[in-house]
Amino acid sequence: MHANVLSIAKSITTLSKVRYYPGAIPAGFPSPAEDFVVEQLDLEAELTKHPRATYYVRLVGDSLRELGVVDGTLAVVDCLQRPKSGHVVIARIDADFTCKVLQIRNGQMKLKAANPTYPDIVPKEGQTVEIIGVVTALIRKLPV
Amino acid sequence: MLALVDGNNFYVSCERMFRPDLLGRPVVVLSNNDGCAIARSNEAKDLGIKMGAPWFQIRHMEGSAGLVALSANFELYGDMSDRMMTFAAALGHQQEIYSIDECFLDLGGIPGDLVLRSRKIRSRILRATKIPTCVGIGPTKTLAKLANHIAKTAERKPGSYPSHHAQVCHLGAMGEQESQSLLQATEVGEVWGVGRRIGAQLQEAGIRTVWDLAQMNPSVARQRWSVVLEKTVRELQGTPCFTFEDQPPPKQQIACTRSFGHPVTGLVELQEAITAFACRAAEKLRQQDGHAGVVMVFIRTSPFRQQDAQYSGYRMFKLLEPTSDSARITQGALAVLRAIYKPGFNYAKAGVMLMELSPASQHQFSLDLGVEPDESRGRLMTAMDALNKRFGKGTLALATAGVANEPKQWAMKQERRTPRYTTRWDELLTVKC
Repeated sequence: MHANVLSIAKSITTLSKVRYYPGAIPAGFPSPAEDFVVEQLDLEAELTKHPRATYYVRLVGDSLRELGVVDGTLAVVDCLQRPKSGHVVIARIDADFTCKVLQIRNGQMKLKAANPTYPDIVPKEGQTVEIIGVVTALIRKLPV
Repeated sequence: MLALVDGNNFYVSCERMFRPDLLGRPVVVLSNNDGCAIARSNEAKDLGIKMGAPWFQIRHMEGSAGLVALSANFELYGDMSDRMMTFAAALGHQQEIYSIDECFLDLGGIPGDLVLRSRKIRSRILRATKIPTCVGIGPTKTLAKLANHIAKTAERKPGSYPSHHAQVCHLGAMGEQESQSLLQATEVGEVWGVGRRIGAQLQEAGIRTVWDLAQMNPSVARQRWSVVLEKTVRELQGTPCFTFEDQPPPKQQIACTRSFGHPVTGLVELQEAITAFACRAAEKLRQQDGHAGVVMVFIRTSPFRQQDAQYSGYRMFKLLEPTSDSARITQGALAVLRAIYKPGFNYAKAGVMLMELSPASQHQFSLDLGVEPDESRGRLMTAMDALNKRFGKGTLALATAGVANEPKQWAMKQERRTPRYTTRWDELLTVKC
């Protein structure tokens, strides 16, 4: 259930893959800095496909406990990612935001918690529910 | 063909992205020490609140009409603008950022249905930023701007124009009769660059609608009014006269941006460009006798060079004192540039934007410099120099330190500012789960 957290951990293990592109080095001359293009790792690019449509929010509450979410966990929210069943999403319910797991079955939308003590949220008559964005990663800082 | 993409009630829309409780409510954004309204939601417009309305005059509506007033959060607006512009850029092959919430796009040679293309880009901007936009398309800047006005008004006031022009209006893709009836339904004062004074003069001369103005002989426009009005008439007739550099200035921001002829990678070259832009923007500012409180600088790569690594950097610089001094504006702009510049990218575009504009006559000192508020700039510079001499160079560096660190907020009255949700780690939106 810690898929998102794990996928970040996995991406961090690839940190050592910094690539160097050696340029042409003319014999007898010191190579100018431009001859090496060093590709720096960009964590944001790893966590979202659309950086300028991505927002960071802090999560508070324990309804996503089974996803490893604790108070203060950072959610990376991509607003251009098309929401699909099973995605963790930020939803607007009338004037409030919430973060839940989206479930779409037979055209019926539900927002589910990842904690058995929370009931599912089913949009009620007259209620506006809008999926604002898809959470593409969860970041939990550890005490250091 | 040219397109003008414009964010609706831009500052309010930026706030609503993070404050859904503000949806459907009358909202105004206040500027200049919370003195007057510089942005209004449609609901606030419906209450009769005018642009620039002093806060003390509308304050009673807080209680009576549920009016919400917020202090301008320029850091948020700057970031949301950068996001909007990034997605708007995909509409055409060249983009000119005209102000914080408007940009022109060159659609020349782009095949296919431009209205459909605009609707797609519009919905992408809406999904990515929640900022509703309108797109106007026409063969000249003035006509694109007019089309944008029609698109916006058709949406906001049903019945004002045919509803199929709402959100996206393409003046170049309709029969002559249809465009004639749109021009006839629009008052001459709505034309870009005409303004209230010339508009009243035209009305008096019997030129009531945009259509009437478009029928005017350009040489008459020049003789009886000005070269600018002559250009406007020609533009309405379909002949481009305003290039990407030469146009009537916007009211609330001054922007000087340009696409480079060839990719630029070095800091030195960018510094030259930013210096030129900052000086030009300061010049425009002085022409309208204004002071700026915020300088924004951006640099970005080209989204059309897919083979290139992409980067878009921008940052705002809050001037310690509002100013129109080229040297101080340039100094701020260059400090921002050094903070956002990353080596190794092919930069295609850069710009300087001046915001939080106020008339020079309203200038207020936040520091007691021992000079009267109406003193000339020369005296101010003398006082600043004296301060620096007395307290050391670091005194002036206080202003530049604002790039890396939080500038002191004491200079500004911003009692109602929302958090800077997108630019400060300690001010992010909190979502319950």
